[in-house]
Amino acid sequence: MADATLDAKGLNCPLPILKARKALKEVPDGGTLEIVATDPGAVADFQAFCRQTGNELLEHSEDDGVYQFLIKKTA
Amino acid sequence: MSAEEKSMSIIVTKGSLDWAYPPFILATTAAAMGLPVTMFFTFYGLPLLFKKLDLQVTAAGNPAMKMPMAGMHMGLPNLVTAIPGVDAACSVMMKNLIKKKGVASIDELREMAVEAEVRMIACQMTLDLFEYSKDDMIDGIEIGGAATYIECATQADINLFI
Repeated sequence: MADATLDAKGLNCPLPILKARKALKEVPDGGTLEIVATDPGAVADFQAFCRQTGNELLEHSEDDGVYQFLIKKTA
Repeated sequence: MSAEEKSMSIIVTKGSLDWAYPPFILATTAAAMGLPVTMFFTFYGLPLLFKKLDLQVTAAGNPAMKMPMAGMHMGLPNLVTAIPGVDAACSVMMKNLIKKKGVASIDELREMAVEAEVRMIACQMTLDLFEYSKDDMIDGIEIGGAATYIECATQADINLFI
């Protein structure tokens, strides 16, 4: 189980990233944030977000138009 | 944050509903990615700092503006856009699309920019030119001129003009 979950379904760019940034602030260092989104652009964007901020994208997957991301707070 | 040594500035020159998006999307996203961001609002971009926003689009002179309608994409000839009420109708349509597609409103993005401590500077010359008052604008903004922006731009890694 992730330390926190963010439901970003139905939200378009850049809201999933902005809300994830906010949600990450509440996650303890080393903790994880799970995000579910429906924006296909979020796949590339969460990878870029993590590369730039130094957080770790542990996994991401897609199931029937719903994207799931697991980010470990390492920055 | 590994990105903290990078920073960004944006000159915001356009204040229509559609053109308000790029600067606020990029400013909030850059801030979320750890970059200090400065926005310099000048000319028609300045009204984006008003407390109360009433943003409109116009299809006039914009052949690329085609709205999805009844399963196709429709643009408007310039002559039609000159009819009173057409721009207002286009604006309502755009706002409905924005809501339907889960796109943030400009109010929402601006609020997030303020929250993320994006530095916002209103152009003094534009205030004078169009007789605007700082009292009509949101709290927390600065007033400055070209030199204020240039000083900021010389220190920023990304400088955009929108």
